Amino acid sequence: MNYAKRILATLALLPGLAFANEGGIPLDKAPDRSNNLAALQNGAKLFVNYCLNCHNASSMRYNRLKDLGLSEEQIKANLLFTGDKVGEMMTTTMNPKDAKAWFGVVPPDLSVIQRAKASGAGSGSDYLYTYLRSFYKDDTRPTGWNNLVVNNVAMPHVLWELQGVQKVNMKEVADPHEEGKTTHQFAGFEQVAPGKLSKLEYDTAVADLVGYMEWMAEPAAQTRKKLGVVVVLFMTMFALLAWRLNASFWREVK
Amino acid sequence: MGAFKETKFPADAPAAQKALGWVDDRFPLTKLWNDQWGKYYAPKNFNFWYIFGSLAMLVLVLQIVTGIFLTMHYKPDANLAFGSVEYIMREVPWGWLVRYMHSTGASAFFIIVYLHMTRGLLYGSYRKPRELIWLFGFAIFLCLMAEAFFGYLLPWGQMSYWGAQVIVNLFGAIPLIGPDLSLWIRGDYVVSDATLNRFFAFHVIAIPLVLLGLVAAHLIALHEVGSSNPDGIEIKENLGADGHPVDGIPSHPYYTVHDLFGVSVFLTIFSAVVFFAPEMGGYFLEYNNFLPGDSLKTPLHIAPTWYFTAFYSVLRATTADFMWVLMFFVAAYVVFIWLKSRLATTTKTIIAVIALVAIVGMLPQVLDAKFWGVVFFGSSVVILAFLPWLDKSPVKSIRYRPSWHKYVYAVFFISFLTLGYLGTLPPTEGRTIVSQVCTLLYFSFFLFMPWWSAMGTFKKVPDRVVYHGH
Repeated sequence: MNYAKRILATLALLPGLAFANEGGIPLDKAPDRSNNLAALQNGAKLFVNYCLNCHNASSMRYNRLKDLGLSEEQIKANLLFTGDKVGEMMTTTMNPKDAKAWFGVVPPDLSVIQRAKASGAGSGSDYLYTYLRSFYKDDTRPTGWNNLVVNNVAMPHVLWELQGVQKVNMKEVADPHEEGKTTHQFAGFEQVAPGKLSKLEYDTAVADLVGYMEWMAEPAAQTRKKLGVVVVLFMTMFALLAWRLNASFWREVK
Repeated sequence: MGAFKETKFPADAPAAQKALGWVDDRFPLTKLWNDQWGKYYAPKNFNFWYIFGSLAMLVLVLQIVTGIFLTMHYKPDANLAFGSVEYIMREVPWGWLVRYMHSTGASAFFIIVYLHMTRGLLYGSYRKPRELIWLFGFAIFLCLMAEAFFGYLLPWGQMSYWGAQVIVNLFGAIPLIGPDLSLWIRGDYVVSDATLNRFFAFHVIAIPLVLLGLVAAHLIALHEVGSSNPDGIEIKENLGADGHPVDGIPSHPYYTVHDLFGVSVFLTIFSAVVFFAPEMGGYFLEYNNFLPGDSLKTPLHIAPTWYFTAFYSVLRATTADFMWVLMFFVAAYVVFIWLKSRLATTTKTIIAVIALVAIVGMLPQVLDAKFWGVVFFGSSVVILAFLPWLDKSPVKSIRYRPSWHKYVYAVFFISFLTLGYLGTLPPTEGRTIVSQVCTLLYFSFFLFMPWWSAMGTFKKVPDRVVYHGH
């Protein structure tokens, strides 16, 4: 019996051995903007101004922005750059063939990118929040930019006017995997040229933009959660009644 | 067959009674209801484990109904499929709810069916005279796997696309016909629009039809022989003065209200997932599947959805090195059968010949490990069908088996869960060894069952079921 118990204990521990380090740079936690309409509106403005020049959000209809407290007139006057009607989808005017020639890849559709980029390392918002703040100057790249989250990224730093230019400092540290060797490790960014925004203002702007992308990835998410509270409460009440109903019938079973 | 006779009702009988009588003269409606549920006597000592049959029925209906509404808006076209799912999520009124119910329902279906099968295993529900119920159930499980596999391609995300690519390629490992077979299944050289269209056809009509037929057969067989129970006692062997089992109770109203309670608890949990965690941390809806399928970009890590990962782990565990262990295992098993089994010498000889052919086939010069991986992958599922004939225990229920049998079951369940967990992760050397150990334990549980299940001191099975009133 003891032997059986020991086997059981060993087996129970086995899954623990399976964990592995995910690697990559740690992601910063994106601030939550899901209940902040002003921030989401600001994010929408940044999105149509900066992202929509190259990227599509082809599942996203302009007038759905009404969910963020905007009127059709406001959308038309301030946000409708790539279409004529508020009933149209957010599509870019850039020709995919040109994009391929300029960047080497067609920029991906951003409708649900926030959901696609989630991983064990963090939520999709954490990923985007870190990514958009990790561009640095790299003259070896065709665009002159590189990124700490996506090495040799094809995308240039579209928000550079806001953030300014930063370069990356690397330090040599001993390679933990190979003795006697050293490896480059990230040792912080250094601001080379200032942007229109301070560091804090830029982080806030990116948080708004990422908040908007999170909202756009599932516009029904807030409705879903609100409705969920009602449904789960109702089902709990129903379960209580069903429990008592069951008990009253089974009381007579001997 | 007697001549047709119209039942006569008094003139002042209620209209509903007359209408029912009219129908009953022409169709056995009341008889069906009474046979299948109303007057169906079930053991009164069902416990928690006996709720999953009716829950599986509920989820089947849920999947069919939500599926019908999804079909109204989904486009089975490689260029439109991904977008049409997002269209359902955004533009179709309540589309997001229907889609999440369907995607969560798929995972819920497997959780329920796995628990339902666990019940069968623990209480020996598959034992005589319920072998056919088990076989119908096994066929339902196969259909469910096919249904889930075909359905998983439909959102046309990266995981859908590459998951289908990997699984269809498995057929390519079959000697001679393999490559042509996988080409025939795909309808193209890679997973493409043709594949999507046929998978859609299988998912929305072909498999569901078979599934419904099998569910009907499963239930008819069950209600013919009667339900087993946690004590493994045949309640029909102890009839009361009224001709009904003394330990039985009519399903209606007792199990109607009982199941209603179970359903309400299940739906509370189900709604919590649908409304608050529809992605379930990437297990129910995988993150990578929010990127459209791209035949030029292979994801770094391709894993099937969680409900297939245990069997998928068996496939991955079958490496070229492991083949030597397996060859030794097969040889040892044959020796074991010759020494320990009471089978006829002819049967033993046939088993030995088959094993010899298999061992020769397992040589690296003959058939590669990939083929055997597919064979063991398939066997790990199919072996479940043989349970009624592998179990030689004199009692059905685990309650009256020797205590150490519980450890055997525990090792089996832990091996299965470990295989399932490892199947979700990218393979490493350590993980592969663990999954190989678990694969051997998994198969040993079944292959040695005729011996271990009959060993030990069995407890006395009581004459009446153990039941404590509420």
